[in-house]
Amino acid sequence: MKPSFILNGRTVSFVKGQSILEAAEAANVPIPSLCHMKGASPTGNCGVCVVDMNGEEVLACSTPANEGIAVRTQTPAIVALRKERIKELLDSGNHNCAIGSSDNGDWANFQQNVQASDGATELCPAWGDCRLQELAYEYQVTGGGHQDYTVRQYPEKKDEPLIIRDYSRCIRCGRCVAACNEIQVNLAIDTGFLEEDPFSNPDKAYPVAKDNCVYCGECIQACPVGALVERKARYQFRPWKAEKIRTTCPYCGVGCQQMLHVVDGKIAKVTGVEEGAPNKGRLCVKGRFGYDFIYSDERLTNPLIRNNDGTFRDASWDEALDLVANKFKEAIDKYGPDSVAGVSCARSINEDSYQMMKLFRSVFKTNNIDHCART
Amino acid sequence: MTNSFGEFHKAKMFFVIGSNMTEAHPVASTFLKNAVQSGARLIVADPRAHKLVDFAELHLPLKVGSDIALLNGLMHVLIKEELYDKKFVQSCTVDFENLKAQAENYPPEKAAEITGIPAEKIVDAARRLASVKPVMLCYTLGITEHTCGKNNVMSVANLQMLLGNMGMECGGVNPLRGQNNVQGACDMGALPNVYCGYQAVTDPKAKEKFEKVWGVEGLSDKVGLMIPQMMDGLVDKKVRAFYIFGENLANTEPDIRKVEHELASAEFLVVQDIFRNETTRFAHVILPGCAWSENNGTFTNSERRVNRVRKASEPPGISKPNWWIFKQIAKRFGHEWESSTGQEIWDNEVSAFSPNFFGIRYNRIEGDGLQWPCTDECHPGTSFLHKEGKFTCGLGNFQSVEWTPPAEVECEEYPLVLSTGRRLYHYHTRTQTGRCEGLNDLLGEETADISLEDAENLGIEDKEYIKVKSRRGEVTVRARVTPEVPKGMVWMAFHFREGNANWLTNPAFDPVTLTAEYKACAVRIEKQ
Ligand code: SF4
Ligand code: SF4
Ligand code: SF4
Repeated sequence: MKPSFILNGRTVSFVKGQSILEAAEAANVPIPSLCHMKGASPTGNCGVCVVDMNGEEVLACSTPANEGIAVRTQTPAIVALRKERIKELLDSGNHNCAIGSSDNGDWANFQQNVQASDGATELCPAWGDCRLQELAYEYQVTGGGHQDYTVRQYPEKKDEPLIIRDYSRCIRCGRCVAACNEIQVNLAIDTGFLEEDPFSNPDKAYPVAKDNCVYCGECIQACPVGALVERKARYQFRPWKAEKIRTTCPYCGVGCQQMLHVVDGKIAKVTGVEEGAPNKGRLCVKGRFGYDFIYSDERLTNPLIRNNDGTFRDASWDEALDLVANKFKEAIDKYGPDSVAGVSCARSINEDSYQMMKLFRSVFKTNNIDHCART
Repeated sequence: MTNSFGEFHKAKMFFVIGSNMTEAHPVASTFLKNAVQSGARLIVADPRAHKLVDFAELHLPLKVGSDIALLNGLMHVLIKEELYDKKFVQSCTVDFENLKAQAENYPPEKAAEITGIPAEKIVDAARRLASVKPVMLCYTLGITEHTCGKNNVMSVANLQMLLGNMGMECGGVNPLRGQNNVQGACDMGALPNVYCGYQAVTDPKAKEKFEKVWGVEGLSDKVGLMIPQMMDGLVDKKVRAFYIFGENLANTEPDIRKVEHELASAEFLVVQDIFRNETTRFAHVILPGCAWSENNGTFTNSERRVNRVRKASEPPGISKPNWWIFKQIAKRFGHEWESSTGQEIWDNEVSAFSPNFFGIRYNRIEGDGLQWPCTDECHPGTSFLHKEGKFTCGLGNFQSVEWTPPAEVECEEYPLVLSTGRRLYHYHTRTQTGRCEGLNDLLGEETADISLEDAENLGIEDKEYIKVKSRRGEVTVRARVTPEVPKGMVWMAFHFREGNANWLTNPAFDPVTLTAEYKACAVRIEKQ
């Protein structure tokens, strides 16, 4: 018999070693959390996963499921606690997405301050793709509005490539730390920031990345709010506008699975496909940020034929292909099929290499086909 | 790779040789580091103390090009101390006696002399490798890019067979392939000796089969030329018309001056690419092809997994899918090819004609891809090869090999060894990454990485411009003084035209694979 416990009045089984949160998830009873991260050790930082266990309030992410316990996830007292926690998180930073606008008379002033700090007139770049915002809606958390916007300091947004780290929206959940240290093992974010007080020691109280950051962007993917965002995608689109297309990274031989976020036929952002093989959601700097070369103005757009003076002129496909075919025919007629040779591309799709080898073998009748197989 | 990335996180021990994984295969390295964090062991053999070394229990800083001496030395200890897997050797391999005799010549003291690693450390490493089973061995171009590349590969296979680490989960011999689809291009038969699915052109049955399925006669059964031979052919006129698809040979091949001379000698050169680059300068016709994410197809990763690549954007101008271009040329020779999408090419031809890919169809790889061999439409794919010690040719063959030095070694005039590789923020000649916003900000120019000792001896400061000279050319680059690099070594990449290491590298090739010795040539450095 599998061990079991009571979850919202129902008996559910669990696997030894599972937390209440994991066991509940397996039983299709999701418990909200902002800091829980699969594959990393639980921290209990956000406090949102609070549940009632035998009349006691515990955090579901860090409390093991146990034989005989009775867990309730949605009692009025638990919901009230969760709301309070969500409100605290909203109050802790520049959360200006208007979820909590109502009961603070000074909202307009707050909004202006935030926009000045963002250097933009738009609402938060994470709007529509934010776990905190989702929970605030789900739990109808009103109120909020920043209590301390005049006094509170945050670490500076550094002017660095690819990533904008805006600690004014950081909820100190620690997911980026887990992503950097436990998932990617780049060890670029020091733990221990949670022990510091954000009011008296803001520079130490946030997960600021060190110089050994390798810009994998795993922390962005892990950030549940708008604290870490892709510089290139910031303010470019809202998530419901994007079509999601799964594909394979064009760089190294790991073959990571990417999710392209495509807006109007253009890739606006790339994330890892969670649970996809082989990368399980992970990407490196090239896979995550190396997509926009295809939109370069320098792309070849037209067949080109060389003039006598070494410059090139535009040609139609027919003209260019006729010329290629004739020159290859000529060489084959005069010097035999082995007088032509080709090098295929180790970057392009299989179907392209197959066609090229088929062209050389079945049409030209030579095996002079190779690619840089050994480099 | 005989095994899979999915096995990394549960492996017990790794032996990584000639692979700078955190930069060249970053995501693979994350799974390896995860395993180490949860207790797996790691030995790294590499001249440089690259990042992975921080995670290793033992670093074997061998001299460039001394891999076989190290591996033979390890095997010597394993045999002498009877630490090898006798059962595996007896039941699954042949020619052990030869290996034994060969290894006999490499006592640790001799291996130490060649590799520069103390004998005790070699003994220690051998004992550690024998103490855990299985050990997963990973290598990259540090093994293959030598004049003894093929022998290096055989030598790592010998070690894994001797340890009995073949044919099981979390073991095996795992070359991480450099480019996204170098595995696929091999699988597709873009090689002079095989059709798709590794069916040999010299095999009359394969010839007959492809004549039938392609509806043609007279396929050649003579193995074709490899790239370096083609390049020679441009000069001696054995090759009259040359077709380069998507390779920037003018920057990637060793000895740029020689390569450019060869390209300039081409009577007729077609280059099919997505950008103008150093190679298109020599073209007579340039054909614009689709880039990644502009048409539908597949890539095959290092672990033999065939993954879908999907269209997200329209190609610019009137550029066309590459497969379409080849089809149009065939048409001009009177060949009407039927397939007219990536899916039709794969499902109706590649997979239909290749037993190893027969079970891989587009409708089965909508989500995760499948790993070949995958022989029928119910086959789940193969995560690791040679299960239970069954090798393709029956038994695993020990092919003992002798160490040979690099083709060019240090001398009085060129006292340092130059080794080359890749850096994290760029990819090859940067035709792609150089055009991605942000990546150039992370790494904007080439450097020559040198040791603290050499820097001090020559009075070179970090970031100072220096000259690096070889018998073939010279470049001016900034020095990057780093503890990663051992004394006597210069390390560079080939991402930038300016300061490209291939102005210096030696066009000496492995006699069988014709892989160039990018990893070793003799240079000298000078202050500006
Ligand atoms: S981080 Fe989330 S909750 Fe905060 S302002 Fe942005 S969208 Fe709203
Ligand atoms: S980008 Fe990668 S290395 Fe840098 S802080 Fe984020 S997770 Fe760490
Ligand atoms: S994301 Fe990085 S590790 Fe993954 S395939 Fe692309 S280049 Fe390789």
